[in-house]
Amino acid sequence: MTVYLDNNATTIVDPHVFEAMEPYFVQKYGNPNSLHLFASQTHPAIKQGMEKIYAGINSPRDDSVIITSCATESNNWVLKSIYFEYILTSKKNHIMVSEVEHPSVIATAKWIESMGCKVTYLPINNEGIVDVQSVRDNITDKTALVSVMWANNETGAIFPVEEIGDICEEHGVLFHTDAVQAIGKLPVNVQSFNVDYLTFSAHKFHGPKGVGALYVKKGKELMPLLHGGAQMGGYRSGTLNVPGIVGMGKAIEQAIDALDFEMSEVRELRDDFEDELLKIKDTFVVTPRNKRTPNTILISFRGIEGESMLWDLNRAGIGASTGSACASEDLEANSVMEAIGAAEDLAHTAIRFSLSRYTTQEELDYTLDVVKKAVERLRGISSSYAYAPEGHESGLDAHH
Amino acid sequence: MGIDSLVGGTIWDEYSNKVTNLMNNPQNMGEITEEQADEMGARLIVADFGAESCGDAVRLYWAVDPKTDKILLSKFKSFGCGTAIASSDTMAELCKDKTVDEAVKITNIDVEMAMRDDVNTPAVPPQKMHCSVMAYDVIKKAAAQYKGVDMESFEEEVIVCECARVSLSTLQEVIRLNDLTTVEQITDYTKAGAFCKSCIRPGGHEEKDIYLVDLLEEYEKEKLAGKASLGNDTAPTGDFASMTIVQRIKAVDAVVDANIRQMLVMDGGDMEILDIKENGENFDIYIRYLGACSGCASSATGTLFAIENILKEKLSDKIRVLPI
Repeated sequence: MTVYLDNNATTIVDPHVFEAMEPYFVQKYGNPNSLHLFASQTHPAIKQGMEKIYAGINSPRDDSVIITSCATESNNWVLKSIYFEYILTSKKNHIMVSEVEHPSVIATAKWIESMGCKVTYLPINNEGIVDVQSVRDNITDKTALVSVMWANNETGAIFPVEEIGDICEEHGVLFHTDAVQAIGKLPVNVQSFNVDYLTFSAHKFHGPKGVGALYVKKGKELMPLLHGGAQMGGYRSGTLNVPGIVGMGKAIEQAIDALDFEMSEVRELRDDFEDELLKIKDTFVVTPRNKRTPNTILISFRGIEGESMLWDLNRAGIGASTGSACASEDLEANSVMEAIGAAEDLAHTAIRFSLSRYTTQEELDYTLDVVKKAVERLRGISSSYAYAPEGHESGLDAHH
Repeated sequence: MGIDSLVGGTIWDEYSNKVTNLMNNPQNMGEITEEQADEMGARLIVADFGAESCGDAVRLYWAVDPKTDKILLSKFKSFGCGTAIASSDTMAELCKDKTVDEAVKITNIDVEMAMRDDVNTPAVPPQKMHCSVMAYDVIKKAAAQYKGVDMESFEEEVIVCECARVSLSTLQEVIRLNDLTTVEQITDYTKAGAFCKSCIRPGGHEEKDIYLVDLLEEYEKEKLAGKASLGNDTAPTGDFASMTIVQRIKAVDAVVDANIRQMLVMDGGDMEILDIKENGENFDIYIRYLGACSGCASSATGTLFAIENILKEKLSDKIRVLPI
């Protein structure tokens, strides 16, 4: 049996989405900008796809939803556009991002910082949620942009984007949110609160990889990213990704249809699974359930380094994730765990299980069984639970 | 860049089969209790290294025969990733049947080599090399405990790059001899910095007392100071005979720069210093003429004498100059 529990990384493409995209590879392959029947064949599908994408976030027709290649592109674009429009021209000199943003925001913010802009990295509290007060405390008339994600990819923690949007509006500061982890898991409506830019990506809600989007409110600045044939209103030239737009449209439509299911059934599966995991001794979850996306669990198993746990899960055909030390190239502890200020010895022990509407009870029962066995085996190896003779002074507490 | 660096695989693909097998089924995992050690007539040593907060921790158990200093039994427990567990296991295996003194000589390189499937293919990807360092350190800790001495007493040298085990003195010498100016060059010459990269600059996985960038900066400053003191006044600082080879080369270079090169360049030539060798009480400086000098008749007579005399005057009367 194989079980996929890494849906915050990417998701299976919904078969209906795949079906909808299929004709636009072999049958209707024309370049939409050409002047012939091959081009025209693609137009209804593009229009329909775009309508669905607009509907998916309830965007007014006069606002722009630009199709990009991924969320990383959308995030880079907003921040760099702000740099060129405001920072480079010395109109403003400050931006704010949360300290647990996706690397596509953090790394871009660091680049802007290296170009001489002041950057505030907003802290998160002990529940893993960004602190609204720190936005109020740090915002000034020189702040050009605040960028805070809607939901965190690692913990699933939902951030108070409405409140932050309000603060930005009061101060005349632009607000961007990376909603990659929110679409299909939470109601997303760009008209229900103040937001100027919003990023999302199809492959996180059972759409294809390689299709992202950037919502831009009417009248808000955006520097053209790709110069060329003036597609996407001249903001992002390049031949339209017809199957991508069709796929994203279908996927977001399905995701909105499935939102109730996600928020009830998937949540229930997740909660039950989490209850069972927490019955294993010395396990810890940080963000309270009601403050998390319905599909995500970030859990620490004391005494078990994250990659070891992934190793045992993988051997049993289960795909989960960890942002911790040894599993990633940069060898750093899980950044969210560190930011939360979790007990230091737990920073390398976090495992993320992220479910989807395709996850079944049977899969979770099997996973629970495997996790229990892995915990037993790995704690058997672990020095954290190891025997020491009487009077032995443990040397495992200090940093080396 | 290049095709291999454009799309990464997973680090697990780079583990040797031995690492994989040991992670799945460690051979020396376990504990030795006081009772077990007593039964063997052995002394129990329990040594810890690392910390969970750092991502790696290991506890090593030895049963040592007090009469022969031989490690009769060696077991481990480890908190860490697959590589950490596999290298702890290998380390415990390598300790078996060795005396404590022999075990101290085991390095993390030995551990890594022992985990290779074939001698030419690394057992773990570069960024995982640091996981085996812990296995090496805990042996020192155990031996220190057994002998009742300080762990540092086993480390004759300051190690800057723990993964490749490159010492401070080696790095300083290599940087000077080859006039290295970048971290990449240091890595090419010594392998230092090729693995977990913690030793390159602050901010890596491990905090260090000294980083490769510090050594480069130190050398850069030395060069500037050397130019300042030798450039303005070519009188050498210190006695040529008591200088190190590097200092001698630099001193000769400085004198050539200040007093000789210009005269050669005016005639369309130049020279380079190839080597300085001690020959009895003399110092033989081997040089090569460049440009017009190389074919010039006086290069073996007048010019040569001039060069030799200047160096004798400025540095040491024991200098002889030999063109090649």
